[in-house]
Amino acid sequence: MKALCWQGKNKVSVENVPDPKILNSRDAIIKITTAAICGSDLHLYNGYIPTMEKGDIMGHENMGEVVEVGSDVKNLKVGDRVVVPFTISCGHCFFCKKELWSLCDNSNPNAWMAEKLYGYSPSGLFGFSHMMGGYAGGQAEYLRVPFADVGPVKIPDGIPDEKVLFLSDIFPTGYMAAVNCDIQPGDTVAVWGCGPVGQFAIKSAYMLGAEHVIAIDQVPERLEMATRDGKAETLDFADEYIFDKLKEMTGGRGPDSCIDAVGLEAHGTSPDALLDRVKAAAFLATDRPHALRQAINACRKGGTVSIPGVYGAFLDKFPLGAAFNKGLTLKMGQTHMHKFMRPLLARIQNGDIDPSFVITHRMKLDDAPKGYETFKHKEDDCIKIVLKP
Amino acid sequence: MATKENVIRETALTPTAGTRGSMNRAEDSRNSQSTNVGQTERYISAIGGGALALYGLTRGSLGGVALALIGGSLIYRGTTGHCNVYEAMDVNTARGKSGAASVAGNRGIKVEKSVTVNRPAAELYRYWRNFENLPKFMDHLESVRTTGEKRSHWVAKAPAGTTVEWDAEIINEKENELIAWRSLENADVDNAGSVRFQEAPAGRGTEVRVSLEYDPPGGMVGAAIAKLFGEAPDQQIQEDLRRFKQVMEAGERATTEGQASGRSATSGR
Repeated sequence: MKALCWQGKNKVSVENVPDPKILNSRDAIIKITTAAICGSDLHLYNGYIPTMEKGDIMGHENMGEVVEVGSDVKNLKVGDRVVVPFTISCGHCFFCKKELWSLCDNSNPNAWMAEKLYGYSPSGLFGFSHMMGGYAGGQAEYLRVPFADVGPVKIPDGIPDEKVLFLSDIFPTGYMAAVNCDIQPGDTVAVWGCGPVGQFAIKSAYMLGAEHVIAIDQVPERLEMATRDGKAETLDFADEYIFDKLKEMTGGRGPDSCIDAVGLEAHGTSPDALLDRVKAAAFLATDRPHALRQAINACRKGGTVSIPGVYGAFLDKFPLGAAFNKGLTLKMGQTHMHKFMRPLLARIQNGDIDPSFVITHRMKLDDAPKGYETFKHKEDDCIKIVLKP
Repeated sequence: MATKENVIRETALTPTAGTRGSMNRAEDSRNSQSTNVGQTERYISAIGGGALALYGLTRGSLGGVALALIGGSLIYRGTTGHCNVYEAMDVNTARGKSGAASVAGNRGIKVEKSVTVNRPAAELYRYWRNFENLPKFMDHLESVRTTGEKRSHWVAKAPAGTTVEWDAEIINEKENELIAWRSLENADVDNAGSVRFQEAPAGRGTEVRVSLEYDPPGGMVGAAIAKLFGEAPDQQIQEDLRRFKQVMEAGERATTEGQASGRSATSGR
């Protein structure tokens, strides 16, 4: 089959590789009908996530048709249309039972690697480095899905792929970011980063009852989408008075919750952002948390900072003093996908939201390498790329 | 990794271990500069040390220098038969083996690891008590065959495609709580082990604690060299327990072995 393979920093290519096989009795094989490139794939592309190997198949936003099931998969049959969550969860461990699905104990075959860095290992992920399991991703024609009896969600006929594909990651991820804000009536939520996760965080914040959402980015078309589709007020990230403006817009109190949908590769032009770039380049720090610093600083006393943006290892100049003295709550982590996929599918079916609004580019899998470049450099107003094998 | 103290507490394993340990200490203090490394292990030290030193020197980096230094100390150890580390740890592998079964006190590799499994203790106990299940999660075992009510025959994988074998017997067991076993005389590798199952509070599953002691061919240096090649016993037992948990909770071992990648040969569907 054809698959998009990581070949090194800034290099991916479509290769002819062997088809996936059932390796365990709870596996299924999916024929991919639509996949997407995620902003976090750019962290891999840019070489920020350790333990990638040349030849790794990328892609964790996947959906398709079941073509084969293992002997213990009773809930799926050949021909079913499914969306596959990007986290892999066994369904039976302490964490899965507590609905902390992205912390599954049993799905990362390379847990020891993650334990070296994090103490304990989160769940396995599709196409997201060997430390996270080394599972082949779905930017390919076929995908092996482990624990297919608990992960994939069946999609009824009649709903197009593009409306439900983002149940695989970015819609639940933006939604959980808003859930983590514990939004109360009258709340103002500020969202840093208006990429696809930020866009869903904005929509979700309103769905969960926010009074007011303020979106912060520096890419004009993203800000435009946040205004047009998200009904958010917007601020330019390059504006040096973001703190003052947020304070002004909230009557001097500050946003009740702040969402960092940027993650470890924050751009910025302030002195701390430039220092981050130097330190990361010199390997003195791995992550560049400029947006997160700003979010912590801007958040009102007793508020919540919710972090759906991905962080990998070590931060420098993390303003814990501000977080502590303002009594902030910090909530973060990979999305507990299985908890949100079905309720959000119902929201789509009810017509509350059509997630396809984020799509700006549609490409053949063969053109995916070009897609990565376009997405990385935000060329051609690119916000979200979907791939067809 | 290997801890100095006896890891087997209470009733589990060798009741005489403490006494033997103190005897060793008395002997060692008399012969502090003498031979405390066994003959086979000395050869391995000298050969392995030579290889390490050469490898380290050719690398030319700071790490390479460190490897070369370790290699040098292994050569010293091999040629003189004296090991400062062993001396500091009260270990002597130069003395002949006693007739006693299993691992003598303060000898060999001792590992203690634990894991919490989200299943009832009784179920875990039943699965483990059938020793024939052990190779399903202990990857260094090739097979275990039950040969009697308390006896079993074990075959384990050894380096270079060879195997080592032994007979073992259960020396202590308490239903749903504890199983302890040890190898019998004439084992290729003297070893002993125990597993305890303890219900965690408030329905949080079962805490499983495993202690294993074994005396690998080549003694502690054998293990040190094995560790360089990624077969540290400590990590191995940890992974065994992780797989035990996977099998008991998820019904299968998480794997990517045999999956497609851009590294494998091409073929289309």
